[in-house]
Amino acid sequence: MKVSVVKNILEANDRIAQENRAIFDENDLLVFNLMSSPGAGKTSLLENTIDALKEDLKIGVIEGDIQSSQDAERIAEKGIPAVQINTGGACHLDGNMIRDTFKEFDFDALDLLVVENVGNLVCPAEFKVGEDFKAMILSVTEGEDKPAKYPLMFHESKVLLINKIDLLPYVDCSVEKIKKEALKINPEMTIFEISCKTGEGLDAWYNWLREEVKTRGSARKQ
Amino acid sequence: MRKHNAKVLRSVRLDIGQLSAIVPESLSFCFEVMTSGTELEGAKLIMEIIPLRGTCRDCGREFEIKEYAFECPHCSSPHIDTIAGQELSIVEMEVD
Ligand SMILES: Nc1nc2c(ncn2[C@@H]2O[C@H](COP(=O)(O)OP(=O)(O)O)[C@@H](O)[C@H]2O)c(=O)[nH]1
Ligand SMILES: [Mg+2]
Ligand SMILES: [Zn+2]
Repeated sequence: MKVSVVKNILEANDRIAQENRAIFDENDLLVFNLMSSPGAGKTSLLENTIDALKEDLKIGVIEGDIQSSQDAERIAEKGIPAVQINTGGACHLDGNMIRDTFKEFDFDALDLLVVENVGNLVCPAEFKVGEDFKAMILSVTEGEDKPAKYPLMFHESKVLLINKIDLLPYVDCSVEKIKKEALKINPEMTIFEISCKTGEGLDAWYNWLREEVKTRGSARKQ
Repeated sequence: MRKHNAKVLRSVRLDIGQLSAIVPESLSFCFEVMTSGTELEGAKLIMEIIPLRGTCRDCGREFEIKEYAFECPHCSSPHIDTIAGQELSIVEMEVD
């Protein structure tokens, strides 16, 4: 006997993500989901961004790692509310894990919430957590073939930050090639070339993010 | 299964989009490991890979998106809506 089912396997997660999103909307909170492979510079980007914007914006951070709370501690040192999620093996965050952190935050007092996902270029792209947009980092030491190898993440991300450009003299990696391949998969992608070490290129990112917080907030109030 | 008074699961059909995070070989392997030694042992996992398709927001035409190039092959517009190829669904189960 054949039984027709037609059930989207990610439906349960999508539903929770939508509920999270409704709560973020009520609080006029811009939320982005930051993804990359391990070590590409997610926490470094957050540290820099917090230093640059914390006078203008009230920022909160959710840190996702398989194990340890080092990243949340790095962020908390800056006087920013930070909650660590340990997935205990899972290679991505999902809507449910994000919802479980809500009791730790006073969303009303925040303008921007950043979710640092588990280091992984594959699965995080498949799971919504209720974010306004996804942002990804690719560091130049990872190679220019990554867009072709991990198309889903490039397709789902609104922003690509090409990090560690201070290392370009030492690696065989063409930023132009990364940009070209990424834009093929996602023609509307906004791309920044940055170094979290020297600070190069970061001002453009800060300005873009400020603008994003401003326009999202006012779009919702209408 | 319970609802249909079924005793044996013969097969499960999945639709897997070409642009999904699923590696069919790994899923197949996991399915075997998970089912072996259980009531579901022997069930087949049948996966259909759904190619990427899009429609163009500018000229309205529909086409296959080849090599992950999100550009309209008719008018070169980059404004493409993906209409297929991101699925991850259970479509059908065969039970006895
Ligand atoms: N040279 C260089 N190193 C960087 C840069 N950004 C991050 N790193 C280093 O890369 C390593 C991993 O960074 P981290 O922010 O922890 O990456 P995460 O795992 O993505 O959160 C650390 O040793 C950073 O100091 C950069 O722009 N240039
Ligand atoms: Mg980190
Ligand atoms: Zn067209």
